[in-house]
Amino acid sequence: MVVLELDRLSCHFELTPGFVDRVIKRKPPSYIKAVERLSIAIGEKEILGIAGESGCGKSTTCSMVSGLLDPTEGDIRFRGKSILGLRGDAIKDYRRSVQMIFQDPYESLNPRFRTVDIVAEGPRALELWDANEIEQRSLAMLDAVGLPSGKYAERFPHELSGGERQRVGIASALVMEPEVIIADEPLSMLDVSIRAGILDLLREMQAERGFSSLYVSHDLSILGNVADRLLIMYLGQAMEIGPAEEVIRNPKHPYTRALIGAVPIPDPRSRRAIPNIRGDISKPIDPPPGCRFAPRCPYADASCSNTFIEMETGAGTLHQAACHRLAEIDNAGS
Amino acid sequence: MTEINKDPLLSVRNLGVVYETSQGPVHAVTDVSFDVQENEVFGIAGESGCGKSTLIKALLRLLPDNGVATADRCDYRGSALMKMEGEAFRKEILWQEISMVPQSAMASFNPVYRVGDQVVESIQTHRKASRAEALERASELFDVVGLEPGLLKSYPHEFSGGMRQRAMIAMALSLDPGLIIMDEPTTGLDVLVQERILRRIREIRAELKSSIILITHDIAVIAEMSDRIAIMYGGEIMEQASTIELFENPHHPYTLGLKNAFPSITTMGTELISIPGSPPTLIGPVQSCPFAPRCPFDDAACHAANPAATEIAAGHVVRCVNYENSAQFRSLAKEKSTWLS
Amino acid sequence: MSSSRTSQRFRKLRLALREHYRIINSNKLSQFGFWVIILFTLVAIFAPWIAPHDPWEMTYDSNGNFASLRPPSWEFPMGTTHLGYDLFSQLILATRTTLLIGVVSGFISIVIGANVGLIAGYYGGKIDEVLMRITDILYGMPFLPFIIVLIALFGRQLEFIILAIVLIIWRTSARVIRAQAMSIKQRQYIQMAKARGASDLRIIYRHILPNVLPLLLLYAAFNIAWSIITEASASFLGFGDGETVSWGGMLYELWLSGKTRVAWWWFASPSVCIILLVTSLVFVSRAYEEVANPRLRKR
Repeated sequence: MVVLELDRLSCHFELTPGFVDRVIKRKPPSYIKAVERLSIAIGEKEILGIAGESGCGKSTTCSMVSGLLDPTEGDIRFRGKSILGLRGDAIKDYRRSVQMIFQDPYESLNPRFRTVDIVAEGPRALELWDANEIEQRSLAMLDAVGLPSGKYAERFPHELSGGERQRVGIASALVMEPEVIIADEPLSMLDVSIRAGILDLLREMQAERGFSSLYVSHDLSILGNVADRLLIMYLGQAMEIGPAEEVIRNPKHPYTRALIGAVPIPDPRSRRAIPNIRGDISKPIDPPPGCRFAPRCPYADASCSNTFIEMETGAGTLHQAACHRLAEIDNAGS
Repeated sequence: MTEINKDPLLSVRNLGVVYETSQGPVHAVTDVSFDVQENEVFGIAGESGCGKSTLIKALLRLLPDNGVATADRCDYRGSALMKMEGEAFRKEILWQEISMVPQSAMASFNPVYRVGDQVVESIQTHRKASRAEALERASELFDVVGLEPGLLKSYPHEFSGGMRQRAMIAMALSLDPGLIIMDEPTTGLDVLVQERILRRIREIRAELKSSIILITHDIAVIAEMSDRIAIMYGGEIMEQASTIELFENPHHPYTLGLKNAFPSITTMGTELISIPGSPPTLIGPVQSCPFAPRCPFDDAACHAANPAATEIAAGHVVRCVNYENSAQFRSLAKEKSTWLS
Repeated sequence: MSSSRTSQRFRKLRLALREHYRIINSNKLSQFGFWVIILFTLVAIFAPWIAPHDPWEMTYDSNGNFASLRPPSWEFPMGTTHLGYDLFSQLILATRTTLLIGVVSGFISIVIGANVGLIAGYYGGKIDEVLMRITDILYGMPFLPFIIVLIALFGRQLEFIILAIVLIIWRTSARVIRAQAMSIKQRQYIQMAKARGASDLRIIYRHILPNVLPLLLLYAAFNIAWSIITEASASFLGFGDGETVSWGGMLYELWLSGKTRVAWWWFASPSVCIILLVTSLVFVSRAYEEVANPRLRKR
């Protein structure tokens, strides 16, 4: 059962050329193609990890899914119904169903609110329940995320540690009873020793409440640990998708191989192979229609920049990569 | 502590830093001793607030006015750093002998000057060199860190994060320092960029024979890069040993906990275990082991006094009263229930 | 439940008051300023009971002589005017007028300034453009000709003096609060509020407003100080309300009487009051400025 489906979703930003270029030289405007024909389907209770470097389009995707940004093309369907163009109560309802957990627990909590008010803010804004029930539910939610409400409800964010703040952030998302959680690097600002606790909390809540998650991170070690399926993105395009373990242990796409090869391993005896790529990451300004990794790919040929490969991304689909030279790469590797 | 090498490059004994604050004295660094050998990468790992940045600031005399550093010994190539006159330290040691790659390379370049001019300036402040010579040196350095010498003419904002970090490393190398301190040199960079910079650092070390103090919270980076590692917590070095020894024969409960909590891409499916609780505030005198409140193996002795550092094997120093029970700790630490109770 | 909520409100209020107490007590000058303001406020409230004479009553001394141009004495603590009016009584009743004008116009101007600033800063774009051009026009407006025209049109009444002051002084607070709102708008907790479904108005007044509050209080104090000075200058130039006494008005009377060189006491008391109250307001606002702008805080 598919909960959330992104169908050939694109997001382009227009770069307005300078006055001279626009008026005198009559140059057409350029576009940053932040996300290009991205299709994903997230199943019931599934955790889909999205990994990629900065500029790969993962944050843009989150913004589109959470309704903060309108896509240029394509469709987002929630339980089979398109959410684009929804108005009034329908969009309110969708907003409630899809909640975000933010990256920076030091920035994402209003310093003038007490924790219970931070948690209650969503339900109050949308008037989900009466005042009494909102308060009861918020206090219960604080208890559920491991912050006993008797002790924590009246505190202000500056009286909390990073881990406690992130728990408040999680509570404020979960109190809305969402069906999809978008977690945008929820651990990256936290200390190593407490990350696992937050991860456990997310997993526990997921098992208990049965929501689906979109877990965005640049940290493949964590994604390998938490995600059911993993999507690798590069400059706005999907490169590879499959069961998380499969993708990490047995990457197919040359980009995924490089990316996984570059992850340091906390074991002084292990030796990694040197990633086999060239050049630096660029920006997707008016890119060629094909694979955007081609300019850096050691296996690329002339046709790579012209062929766009669309992957089958339905829930529970198999491991696949958007590369048309997979067979040759495997031969070269062996 | 037995000396592995007769003449370490940097030798620090019982370094302490106290900040006077409105809430009382904060013991940011307590009783820290370590040696950095010639041509060695010495890793300092720890979480936020563990004192690793303060330690470096104390070494470089960059502490704010309310911070006071004391040490029984703090020698660089035999000369006592703490006893030097401020002016002499700035002229002879800073940047010439000990240079630094700060955490945020973004903010470390002045946006209104070309990168090349800033490298040239840092050379000319310390060395008599004509502009042409300095430029020559700058382009050599850019070559070393893997940047096109043509980029010397660019402004900082034209650089990506990785490029700026590499330019910063080039600048730190400009006077052939004996010791380069790198504070989280790859934090916030993408993995592929990080990989390239780490590889470059290894090459530089092999070529230039400089020593490096690498500070990071990333256990994986430190495992790959360092020869020796010190694990810091609550302002103290909890455990220090050669990298292999530390990973294969860890003694301190905090080291065990950190290893449990850190995910590895090669061992997916192993459960990550966090350390409940949060780090100490360090306000007031140090009267117990700073890790005791979070330690699953704590007993009365841990809370009664701050344990002394014990050298349990050549170069392996542990600050834990119960270090003799470490074999038992190691097996218990793998169980999640040990940490949660 | 409702009783627990009221008790919660009460606790919140107490917390807020304790915070203000801490801010004011943070340095000696703001403490001094605070007590001076309290004193003037009490004087203003109880003015009719404190003042020994009517401000326009021709007074006689204990010997039955007409008390014209008397220097300060036990009988007339601040002296008298050439028409025998008791300056002490005038000063006390003028405190009322001056504080009223200061507080009312300070309050109205900060309400206008805050709303304009918050809305312009939060929405940006065309709305911001329009509102900021309006404040720019006000910036170009010279104060005295403006107030002269206004009073010529509507007459010398308290309401129009307040109106004129408000129209001139809200512009500064609007600008500053707009800048602050723009920077708070970028913070992630505003993004979070949006993602949780909060409406624009809710974000402006529930999420941004509390965060500009220290700045708002700072500018409220500034605005009151400015209103008092502005009213004094206007009254001194003869554009005050002729029906009430104010400190500026007292100085105007002195000027009219032509006794400036003789009656130093007549000149001294209202001037000292103006300076004392305005500097007190500035001292208190300084304490708030440290909260609004932590860079000023001492380590």
